This record gives sequence, structure tokens and C-alpha cells, in this order.
Amino acid sequence: MNNFNTLYNLVTGPLVWLTFLVFIGGSVYKIRQLFSLVNNKEKFIYSYMSLKFSLRSLAHWVVPFATVNWRKHPVMTVMTFLFHFCLVLMPLFLTAHVTIIHEAWGIRWVTLPDGIADTMTMIVIAGALFFLIRRFTLREVRYLSVASDYVLVAIVAAPFVTGFLAYHHILNYQLMLILHILSGEIMLMAIPFTRFSHMLYAIFTRTYIGSEFGSVRHARDW
Amino acid sequence: MTNPSENKKPMVLDEGLEKGAAKLTQDRIEKTIKQVLEGETGARFKAYVETCVHCGLCSDACHVYLSLDRDPKYSPAGKVKRTIGEIIKRNGKVDAQFIKEASVVASTECNLCKRCAMYCPFGIDTAYMMLIVRRICHKLGVTPLYIQDTAHSHAATMNQMWVKEDEWIDTLQWQEEDAREEIPNLRIPLDKVGADIMYSVIAPEPKFQPHLIYDMAIIMNTAGINWTMPSEPGWDNSDMAMFTGDNELCARLKKEHFDLAARLKVKKIVMGECGHAFRSVYDVGNRMLGWRMHPFNTIHAIEFYYDLLKTGKIKIREKYKKSVTLHDPCNVSRGRGLHDKARWVINQICEDFTEMYPNREHNYCCNAGGGVVNCGPPYKIKRVTSNRVKAEQVAKTGAEILITPCHNCHSGMDDILAYYNIEMHTKFICEIINEVMVKPEEA
Amino acid sequence: MADSANWDWGTGEKLISDLDEWKSSFNWVEEPYVSPDGEQIASIVNVDEAEFNVCVNGEVWREDIYDKAWHLRYTPDGRLTALVNENDEWTVAVDGESWENTFDYAWNPIFSKDGGTIAVSFQKDGEYGMARNDAPWEELFANLNCPELSPDGTKTAATVQIEDLGSADIFKFQDGVFTAADDGTPWDSKFVNVWWKSFNHDGSKLAAEIRLNLYDYTIAVNGEPWAKTFASVWKPIFRPGTDSVVAPVKAAGKWTIAEDGNIIWDKGFVQLWQQMFSPDGKKIAAIVAPSFGRWTVAVDGIAWSATIGDMITEMVFSPDSSKVAAIALEDEKWTLIVNGSLWQDTYDMAYQPVFSPDSQMVAAKVEKNKKFTFAINGKTWNQKFDYVWDPVFSPDGKNILARTVEDGKYYRRVIPVNEMIG
Repeated sequence: MNNFNTLYNLVTGPLVWLTFLVFIGGSVYKIRQLFSLVNNKEKFIYSYMSLKFSLRSLAHWVVPFATVNWRKHPVMTVMTFLFHFCLVLMPLFLTAHVTIIHEAWGIRWVTLPDGIADTMTMIVIAGALFFLIRRFTLREVRYLSVASDYVLVAIVAAPFVTGFLAYHHILNYQLMLILHILSGEIMLMAIPFTRFSHMLYAIFTRTYIGSEFGSVRHARDW
Repeated sequence: MTNPSENKKPMVLDEGLEKGAAKLTQDRIEKTIKQVLEGETGARFKAYVETCVHCGLCSDACHVYLSLDRDPKYSPAGKVKRTIGEIIKRNGKVDAQFIKEASVVASTECNLCKRCAMYCPFGIDTAYMMLIVRRICHKLGVTPLYIQDTAHSHAATMNQMWVKEDEWIDTLQWQEEDAREEIPNLRIPLDKVGADIMYSVIAPEPKFQPHLIYDMAIIMNTAGINWTMPSEPGWDNSDMAMFTGDNELCARLKKEHFDLAARLKVKKIVMGECGHAFRSVYDVGNRMLGWRMHPFNTIHAIEFYYDLLKTGKIKIREKYKKSVTLHDPCNVSRGRGLHDKARWVINQICEDFTEMYPNREHNYCCNAGGGVVNCGPPYKIKRVTSNRVKAEQVAKTGAEILITPCHNCHSGMDDILAYYNIEMHTKFICEIINEVMVKPEEA
Repeated sequence: MADSANWDWGTGEKLISDLDEWKSSFNWVEEPYVSPDGEQIASIVNVDEAEFNVCVNGEVWREDIYDKAWHLRYTPDGRLTALVNENDEWTVAVDGESWENTFDYAWNPIFSKDGGTIAVSFQKDGEYGMARNDAPWEELFANLNCPELSPDGTKTAATVQIEDLGSADIFKFQDGVFTAADDGTPWDSKFVNVWWKSFNHDGSKLAAEIRLNLYDYTIAVNGEPWAKTFASVWKPIFRPGTDSVVAPVKAAGKWTIAEDGNIIWDKGFVQLWQQMFSPDGKKIAAIVAPSFGRWTVAVDGIAWSATIGDMITEMVFSPDSSKVAAIALEDEKWTLIVNGSLWQDTYDMAYQPVFSPDSQMVAAKVEKNKKFTFAINGKTWNQKFDYVWDPVFSPDGKNILARTVEDGKYYRRVIPVNEMIG
């Protein structure tokens, strides 16, 4: 028990702060690094950026089936959108998470009914499983896959699997809870320093190519 | 169309690569890679490398991948993996054999057509990554022989085909004389300072297809355009240096071109039916010189024909009878959005137009562009076999004539039509316009 | 340059020739050229099928016709030249007299500043050279590019190919098969490439842009490369009255100015070219892009604060070296920029600015809506013409020689500057 307590105190105490420090600090650092590269070496990029065409490009790519390639891969498209939707929203609006934040800082916001959150969790787990199977089975994806790609699927799935198990009291609750918190922290900390950084960079790569295609090439990019 | 039984990949021996690689030292390889990756790339490279999640969604964009039985190593990301990916993985410690292979991948298996940029959810520009590989190979002197020779021609003569200065002018005067058989007082005005339009072509026109200059002279004279053609170097707007990674030479070529237009005090540059040359003056060479866009209004022939027909400066006597289809050149459709104007022009001049699918920005590349056809004979079979999808797409139209307003597309499509025994002939738009337009004596 | 003091500055208006009349005499009349003093107007004219002549002030040059004629131009001293073909031989015709030497092809005539020298590139029996005032080089070459004539007209030079180069022999090319020929004599050294070049004041030194291999660019003077190499270089010029060479060079990703291999401007630019010395030889001006896509002029390394989006060109110094003027393009509209100030009026086209002898005024030929006129000191003259040639200030700066076409007639007018800007 004591060990669990110590661990629990660690993952909910110092590690939380460390996580936010690494996640937020790392994200700021990565974005600043990108902009410093633009400023020092590719300043010309600014002169091609166009708000109109950035939004045009984003609008097409954030809507399922709005692009040719989304339409070509319906299952992948559905899974990608569901996965990312649930991955981001579920943790932000989970009653348990909001309650913790309320207890700590006194702020709160709307929460998801537990049943829906549970379903969303399963969707994320299913999505991770889908991506994993896709990596193994599709030749063009398997060829590109490296060890870290599999590890990343595990990292992203872990907090959801453990959260699911903890919520449903399957296996040891306390252990699952600690693992849930820990794996969530690992995932957040990994974002700036792994391929998860597409969360930070995607908007820049997308809007840049959208601007080039729209204002220079006068062509669609979807 | 028939499926060639011989589908084996031939052994490619390219002296440019072999001898170039033989001269490399490990130290030079590592220093050069470091210099290019650290010294010349920036945010784009970093973001592309770190953002790609290896999802494989770019694969379906690539005609090479689709044509070679979906072999994953030919997908856009597959090609990055085999080149930049390995370089990063091995921290730049790659050997001469690797550089040779990387040169083949970047120079002959990717046309820089940018179709994959439209298929990547993040908009990763794989063509840019392949150009970085070509840049490294250029700096290491390991570039396919024939395209390197073309770059040398550019450097020595400012044109792509070793055309000497007198040969160029002589060809223009010869075409002018020939065209006077049709229109007696026709002129190809040379060096006419203050003309509205400077017409520029690529060197294969004077070298092999002077009749295209003839066609344009007929069109210009019929339309009553105040135009000129330059006698001095800079007349050739083509640019293989852009594709070998010799950015300094690419910049020099475009400087000659724009300097010439500035000296001639023209208001607009009209270019012949060439795709890569358009890319070079519109999107690449101008940037290398510090221009955001081309300093002069520069339009591709498609847009010029469109304007002439729209304003009634040329009129059609009788529409072209044979059934036609259109291959959209990447550099003017995906590169400039001229696909709808091209269709409008073709419908004005032809009776029977059939689409091929996919089309417009989603067209498949001809597999000759991006300098691939300029890598020459060693890669010809590979080039046609790795564009089977194009052959299938074209054959399905059943058209008699394949129109494509681009020189590289012509070369690529001619080879594909021949290899797959497709009964179809290629034509430029100007050839058809010249056939169907009302000429002065008929007006 | 002909001395404009001797020109007729007294006659207000002269009708030189009725161009419409020419059109009825010939099949076609090509674009006209006028003499520097405005007293002559000339065109290549087509007399019959494949028969050409030159018409000057309504009179044909000579009785015999040419099979072909092109590139009609006046020399700065007012002689009329053309490239002409008779019996399949090309040569240069000057005021109707053909050179004695003929060629299989001749092109690109260049004139010395005073107009006394005419040089052309030529090809004969598949070999290439230059001819200066009817004197061809003795040694000829496999190819020739980037010709140059010394300012005093005494020397010619061009890039020449001095070794055979087989088809697609990239390795021999990279060993170097080009050099510069100075008055027909090739330098001892060979380079991968030799491009644009300049002579010093007396023609004793020749500097050229060269590429030592595919990557290293520098300047060679009389065949001797600078000790330092650069990522790229543009055309060099000599510091007036000296043997020092000044060229734009690209170092550490930025363009700047180097003299004899050493960087002399402490500022780098996205682009820098067309460097020029002031008449007193003390200042260097260059066209620069201080940031991507913005253009201006830098004098001695200091860029003007006003920038423009598309192009700056046709830069000139005032005679007293105090001012620099150029034309500037943005969004397909041209204007003038003088010492960093952009003029308000914009035009469809503007030509090289011309300073008055006292440097107080600057004028330029401009075009708007297919009509031509002059802009002077920021004002556009309210008279419009079908065509005009560059303005010329009288020696006292009080008048401008206006060479204009109206209703098919060519007029030479002397107009008081006050009247124009009044």
C-alpha cells in the first residue's frame, strides 16, 4: 500500500508539474525553433502565406471526405477522424479530469456523460488497434514503419487502456490508476519530441502548402 | 493497348553516376551532406521530417508506385525513406554506393510533380525533399550523365541544347522566311525594343521542332500582336539546372532571361508550350534571385491562346475533326491552375474532346518531367514501365490525338504510346490552332 | 558620343519625314530608329519578295537591295548600321556601305562609347570570332559567347571554346574547355565557364566571371583567378582609372561587393547586381534586394529606405555624382526612383533616366495607354505622342530635344524645359 501511495503521490505531484513543464515548455520550444529556422533561413515563406488559402486548405482537410484522398480511403478516414476527435476531446471533458482540476484550481467546465466518455475511450483504443493492424498489414505502411512508430501507438493507447481498465475496475484499480496517470504523462511529454509533434507542426505545413497552392499555383491542394 | 511482356528492369549503367561516385571520399560525402542539411535547409525540411507519421497515404498519389505494382519503395514517403531517411538514420555516414543509388531515386524515380503534396494530410512536399537529395548529389558530382550534360549546355550557352548564337537567329529567320509563303508580310521581329510581348521558347524548338516557332509566328501575325523574339542568349527559358540541384546556375539562367526582357522593354513574356520552363520562371528561378514572383507578367501559351480566342483576335475557321484528349502538364495545371483554360481553348478549336481520368490538378505525371527524360537513354525503359497507369488512362479515352501543351510531356507520352502500342498521336495546341484558324488572306 | 553642342538647338520644330508616305512605297516598313541628333529617321523596308533596303528620311540607302537585313541601329556618333545579307554572305553595313569582310553569320553589334568602333560576333566556316571595325580576329574558335568591347573601343573580348568537346562528355567539360579571348588571343588558363567581362579604361586588363568547377565562382583578371572563391558572382567592372576589379559576390548566403577578391561592403543582401561607379569614381551604387522580394539601390553599401516589389533597373549616376536615378516596377506599373524617392506618377513603361548636364534635372521617356511622353523631375509632360525617343538635354540644360511621331509624321523639336514642367 505504502508503495502505491508513494507512487501515487509521485505521479500526481511532481510528475504532473514535470509533465506540464515538458509538454508546454517543449511545445513552445519546438514552435520557436521552427520559427527561428524560418526567420534565419527561409524568411521568404512569410511572403507567400495567405490567410484565405490557409483557411481554404485547412477547411478541406479537417472535414472527413472533403478531399480526394480522404474519399479514396473511407475506413482510414473514419478511423482517423474518430480517433483524433476522441483522443483530444475525451480527456479534456472527462468528469474525473475536470473534477481533479476543479479541486486543484477551482475552475471547471462542461463534462461528458460517463457512458459517452467510455465509448470514446473504446474508439481511441480501437483506433490505435486499427493503426497498428494497418501498419502490419498494408505493404506501403509496413515498409515505412520503424520501431518508434509501434512504440508511439503503444504510448498513445496506454493511457486509454489503463483508464478504461481502472474505470471498470478490471485488474488492480490502484495500479491501473497509477499506470493511467503515468502513461498519460508520458504521452504528453512525448508530444514535442516525437512524431506526435505533428500535433504542433501540422497546422504550419498544411497552411504553407495551402498558401502556395492557392496564391501562387492557383490550384487546389485537396 | 497491349501489355508488354518484357517487364524486367534493365541494368542501368550511367557513367555520370559511376565515375562521379568513384571520385568520392567518405570525408567529402559527410561534409557535403552536413553542409546542405545544416547550411541550406531550414524549417520546411525539419517540419517535413518530423511531421511525417509514416501513414502511407501519399502512396496513391504516385504514378511510379501505382505502375510498379504498388511496390512500397516507390511511394513518395518510400523514396524519402530510401534517401533522406537513411541519411538521417546514419547521421550522414553514407557511402558512395548509397549516394549513387540516392541519385537514381531522386533523379529518375520522382518527377517532382507534387501530386503527393495534394495527398498528404499534412501537405508535406516530397518534391522538395527529392530536390534536397538532388542538391546533395550535385554537390557531390553524382548526377546522371545526360542531364548533367544539359546543365553544362545551359552554363556554356545559356540554352539547353548547345545551340550556338548564330544557329538560333538563323533558325528564326528561316522560319520567318518559310512562314512568308503563307503570310507574305509576316515578321518575326527580332530585338524590337518596346514591343508588348517577348515570346520565349525552349532550345528543343530551334534544335528539333522549328515548326512550332513557325506556328507561333503565324498566330502572332494573324492576331496582330506587337511582339518580339530576342536574338541574344536568355531566349531559352528552359532550365535543367533547376532539376540537377545546381541552384546557382538556375539563378544565372533566369537572370539572363529576365535581364533580356528588361532590355527589350516588353510588358509581358509569353512562353511556348513548355511546362518545366514555366515552373522555372514562375516559381523557382525567380525565387532564387530574390523575386517573390516573376518580375514581368509571364504567361504560358495556354493562357495566351485563351486570351486571343476570348478577345476574338484569332478566329476559328472550322473546328478540328479528329477526337482529342488532353494530358494536363503538372507544371501548368497543378503548378498554375491553367487546366480549365486549356479545356476551354481545346473546346473552341476541337469538335470532339474526351476527358481522361483523373485530370486537372489530379492528373498523373507523364513521367518525363522533373528532368527524368533528360537523364536519357539509360532510364528510358524504366521510365515507360513505371508509368503504366498513364498508358492505361490514355488508352481508355480512345481518342486519336493526345494534346499536351508541354515539351517534356510530349517526349514522355510519345515513348509511352510507342511502348504500349497505343494508336494515338501527340500534338501541341499551336499545331491545331494553326490548322483551324482563319488566316489573313482568308479573313 | 557626338558632341551635342554642335546640334541644331535653335529650330523649334522640324518635320523630318512623313512615315505614312513610306508605307505606300514599300511592302512593309519595320520599326524606325532615329539618329542621336534627331535629324534622321530610318527603317528597314521590304521592297519585294526577299528584297530589303534601308529607308532614311524617305530615301533608300542604296540602289542595290539586300536579301536580308536586320538589327538597324544608330551608333552614338550618329552612323546608321545594320546587319545585312547579300548572296548568302552576312556583313555589317554602315551608312549604306558594307564592310569588306563577309561572314557566314554576323550578329550582336556593339558600339564603343564614342561610337567610333563597331564590333560584331561572327561565324565563318563553322568557326567563331569577333570583328572590330571590319577587322576580324585571326584565330577563330569552336564557339563564342558573352562578347565585350572596351570602353575606348580599342579591344574586343569574348568567351571562347578552346578544346573539342564530345557529345555528353561531362568530364572533359568539368576539366575546363573555355577561356576568354582578348582581342582574339585566348588566355593561357582554361575554366569550366567564363561569362560576362569588362575591360579597364585603356583595354589593358580584362576581368571576367568564371566558374573553376561546378561549385566555385570567382573573377579572373587577364586569366588569373582571384585567390578567393564564392558561391556565385556577377559581372565585374574596373574601378575607374585603376586596375582594381569590383564585382558582386555571394558569400555566406548573402550578396555583397568584393574588390580584388576582398569584400568591401560590410552589408549583405538577398540580391545585388549592376554595380556602377559614379563619374568621379568615388562612389559605388548597386541594385539590391535588402529583403526577399523587395528591391532598391544601395550606394556604398547603404540601401535606400524606399523599396519596390518587382524590379529596379536602368540605373544612372548624375554627372556630378551626387544623384542616382533608376526605373522601378511594381504590379506591372513603372515609375522613377531618384536618390531614394519614388515618383508619384506611374507608367506602363519607363525608359532609362537622363540627367541634365548640371545634374539638377532628370527626365525619361514614358509610356501610358499606348501614348508616349516625357517625365521630368517627377512631373509628366501633358503632351502625348504616338511614339517618342529618349529625351536629350541641351548643353545648357534649358531645352530638351524631343524626337516624336504624331499622326504618322516624325518631328524633331527643341522644347524649353520650363514649358514642359510649367
